[in-house]
Amino acid sequence: MDIVWFLVLSAFIFVIGATGVLTRRNPLVVLLCLELMLNAGNLALVAFSRMHGNEGGQVFALIVMVIAACEVVIGLGIIVAMYRNRLPIDVDEMSELRG
Amino acid sequence: MWFEQVLFFVAGIGALAGALGVVMLRNPFYSVLALVAHLIALAVLFLLLNAEFLAAGQVVVYAGAVMVLYLFVVAYIGGADEPLGPERSALRTLGPLFAAALGVELCIAFIASGLDALDTTGADISPGFGSPAGIGQLLLTRFLVAFEAASFLLLIAAVGAIVLARRRRGLEEEGPAVGPPRDRTPSETETLEVRV
Amino acid sequence: MTATSYGWLVLAFPLAGMLVVSLSWRVLPGRLAGWIASAAILGSFVSAILALIDMQDLPAEERHLVDSAWTYAATADFNADVSILIDPLSVFMCLVVSGVSFLIHVYSVAYMTGDHGHARFFAYLNYFVFSMLLLVLAANFVLLIVGWAFVGAASYLLISFWYRRSTATHAGIKAFVMNVIGDVGLVIAAFLLLDHTGQLDYLGVFERAPEVFSTNDSTIVWACIFILVGAFAKSAQLPLHTWLPDAMEGPTPVSALIHAATMVTAGVYLIARCFPLFDLAPTAADIGAVIGTATLVFAATVALVQTDLKRVIAYSTMSQIGYMVLGVSAAAYGAGLFHLMTHAFFKALLFMGAGSIIGAMAGIQDMDRMGGFRRAMPFTFVTFTIGALALAGFPLTAGWFSKDEILAYTLNRGGGFVVLGIAGYLGAALTAFYAFRMVFRVFSGKAVPEAEELEQGHLAHGEPQNPMTGEVEDTDVGFPGPEHVVAERSWPMKFAMAPLAVLALVAGVVGIPGVTDTLEHFLEPTFESSTYAEDHPSTSSEWVGLAAGAIISIAGIFVAFTFYVRRRGITLDLRDRYRRVHDFLWHKWYFDELYDAVFVRPAATAGSFGRRVIETDVVQGFIVGGATGVVRAGTSFARAIQTGFLRAYALLLFFGAAALLLYFLISSS
Repeated sequence: MDIVWFLVLSAFIFVIGATGVLTRRNPLVVLLCLELMLNAGNLALVAFSRMHGNEGGQVFALIVMVIAACEVVIGLGIIVAMYRNRLPIDVDEMSELRG
Repeated sequence: MWFEQVLFFVAGIGALAGALGVVMLRNPFYSVLALVAHLIALAVLFLLLNAEFLAAGQVVVYAGAVMVLYLFVVAYIGGADEPLGPERSALRTLGPLFAAALGVELCIAFIASGLDALDTTGADISPGFGSPAGIGQLLLTRFLVAFEAASFLLLIAAVGAIVLARRRRGLEEEGPAVGPPRDRTPSETETLEVRV
Repeated sequence: MTATSYGWLVLAFPLAGMLVVSLSWRVLPGRLAGWIASAAILGSFVSAILALIDMQDLPAEERHLVDSAWTYAATADFNADVSILIDPLSVFMCLVVSGVSFLIHVYSVAYMTGDHGHARFFAYLNYFVFSMLLLVLAANFVLLIVGWAFVGAASYLLISFWYRRSTATHAGIKAFVMNVIGDVGLVIAAFLLLDHTGQLDYLGVFERAPEVFSTNDSTIVWACIFILVGAFAKSAQLPLHTWLPDAMEGPTPVSALIHAATMVTAGVYLIARCFPLFDLAPTAADIGAVIGTATLVFAATVALVQTDLKRVIAYSTMSQIGYMVLGVSAAAYGAGLFHLMTHAFFKALLFMGAGSIIGAMAGIQDMDRMGGFRRAMPFTFVTFTIGALALAGFPLTAGWFSKDEILAYTLNRGGGFVVLGIAGYLGAALTAFYAFRMVFRVFSGKAVPEAEELEQGHLAHGEPQNPMTGEVEDTDVGFPGPEHVVAERSWPMKFAMAPLAVLALVAGVVGIPGVTDTLEHFLEPTFESSTYAEDHPSTSSEWVGLAAGAIISIAGIFVAFTFYVRRRGITLDLRDRYRRVHDFLWHKWYFDELYDAVFVRPAATAGSFGRRVIETDVVQGFIVGGATGVVRAGTSFARAIQTGFLRAYALLLFFGAAALLLYFLISSS
């Protein structure tokens, strides 16, 4: 397949992830959609890496996976802490930065 | 060749279906499962792009470990169906709209770009492209700093997770929260030092 | 050492005294601060004497030496230097000021015993003497104005010395405000002179003035009138006189020093110093003479009915300064300054005696409660009576010679001055009367309880209270101390009062007409260029005047004796019969009420209008509120973006990303 197909697919996945971030209220699901966006980025990276014949893109994608994992860990930790403190699990309720 | 194209479409549709499932399924448990499906489809796509190590890593680490962690948390939290709130807000219409606009722009960028190489299947590669040996070689020579930094980051994330989710004595015996969040200063029986 | 270096020493001693006392007062035990201050003034006096000796060694034409310390401001046209002028007039004033100040300092050491602000008092006193000496030694208008302003400040500090007493602080403010009016007048006069003559130092201005101004030129008249404004504010003449009686809120030594001997004479000094200008503006000089006479009579009438001991003496000061102003305005410079000197002696003496009496009365100043102190306080009685005799112009006292010399000169001028001279004799009669009214009311008659206690050797102790309003006070800092001192028991007071008593009796010897015109001769080098220098009355007419004055003063004393000793109670009948007149006089001709209605209330109204409308509504409401309102509206618009709403932020993020990408797409196609 031409590389451009992979890229368009990656764009679609990214957009779907963005929609999810904007639309869903459960922070768990928002994090999941964030993962979607990251994966879309990974796909694009690997596609470009194949295009150039350069494995650096794949290493980049690997590091992105590592970072995604860390971010999920921390995000879930926050959500668990929220749940522990009896706060509503709803991103709309987390508005303490309102100014 | 035709095999690859068929596989591409199958995996592509699987990825898209998984993504849509994540966004549209009401129960977060199902969303997680949809994401797992998406990840596996993505692993197939990686294979198509000669990224074997990455595909394996995706399945083992991402779908296998991270998503399982996710499932644990969803099971703990309860993952109730999303409450029906004031949903007909501007966000519900504007959100997808902007995302769609972004998508259109990206597609235009990719399709109408001047890069000729996009229309090929990629440069010529050696047989060891994307193999663990090749990736490992790069990780330990050219991208050593990134590698070490990533490991450091993992450590920090682990410590952070422990700090965030540990129990704090004295804060558990209270009723369900209503209204604005309480002040979270700890009682005088404990300190905020991290004891790792 | 030349005369001018002694002149600098005269200034340096009180300044040094002030600095030493104010810097080290915490470590100085007991009354040492007072002795240091007195020693400083003694040094100043000795330097003045040395300056006198040095100056007299020079021939008469050369007896005006100017020495400049540094140049304060130098412009293309003229320089303003910090320079002093040593000439007979300034040396005379230095001697009077430093001599009397020294005696008053010694008196104060005893008077202010036990007061918690003892050291502060002496720092202020030294500062005052320094300013006064600066004023009289200045060689140009700039330094004069500096000294003038300092003296006003020192006066304020000393009048409101007992600062927790609200009447004292009000009096201090009143004095200061009226002094500032005078300052403004003086500064305007200096500007006018600078503008037309291009100089500010005395010798230069006085030389240039006849060339620039013709006689009675409107500018020079106005300049002289403004000088008179300054002089009248400082010397408490009509219409700027209302501060002087209130200034009696200050401790008695302050009244003695500032409001008898020195500050109030600054105006007289000023008119005498600027005599060439007044020569050129006879209109202004006439105005000065008329106001001096009017004040003289006015103050004498008011003093007739006052019951507060210090206020009677204050009004007598106002009246006597009226004589001096009349004298120097009528070009009788020697006579006016002679009276300045003798007045310093007997008025300081009277105030010191009053301080002693007030000490015996434990702080009460009301003459209605005094009586019969003759046996209890013999020293005070003798010295006070000597002072009163000099004030009344009793024959052979110093006051007789000086006061009647002024009146003789005035009559000699002729024309309208004759009326002024007759008014002056009327004032002399009233003066003799009220002076001895004081003496007889305090010392004769039946002894009041405080006097009886004192005869038994026991000083009265009363509850500390405000002598004017009766408000109860304590004796901590800011109020008078707990100790009361009488002269009979205090050698510093006796040391101060005795020389003054002697001088009040014999100082006339320097001005016996026809026999010893010492003072006139001494001052001649300063005043010889006056147009009236040769115009003095003949010796015989002076002696006639002296005789008339003697008769008048003895008559006045006799009337007082009748009213207050022989036929006691007659004054009460008089008061009841002439109630309206008595009230009019007692309210000081309603000047305070007039000023209150004309100046104070409109100013207060304007102030409250300013606060209510301009400050609150316009500035706070419109300008400040408006400006902040505009900013707030703008920021509240910007704040609306900070919803704390995660999804809204994400939306904006994507919107921004989409827009940016669009831009790049368009720009690259």
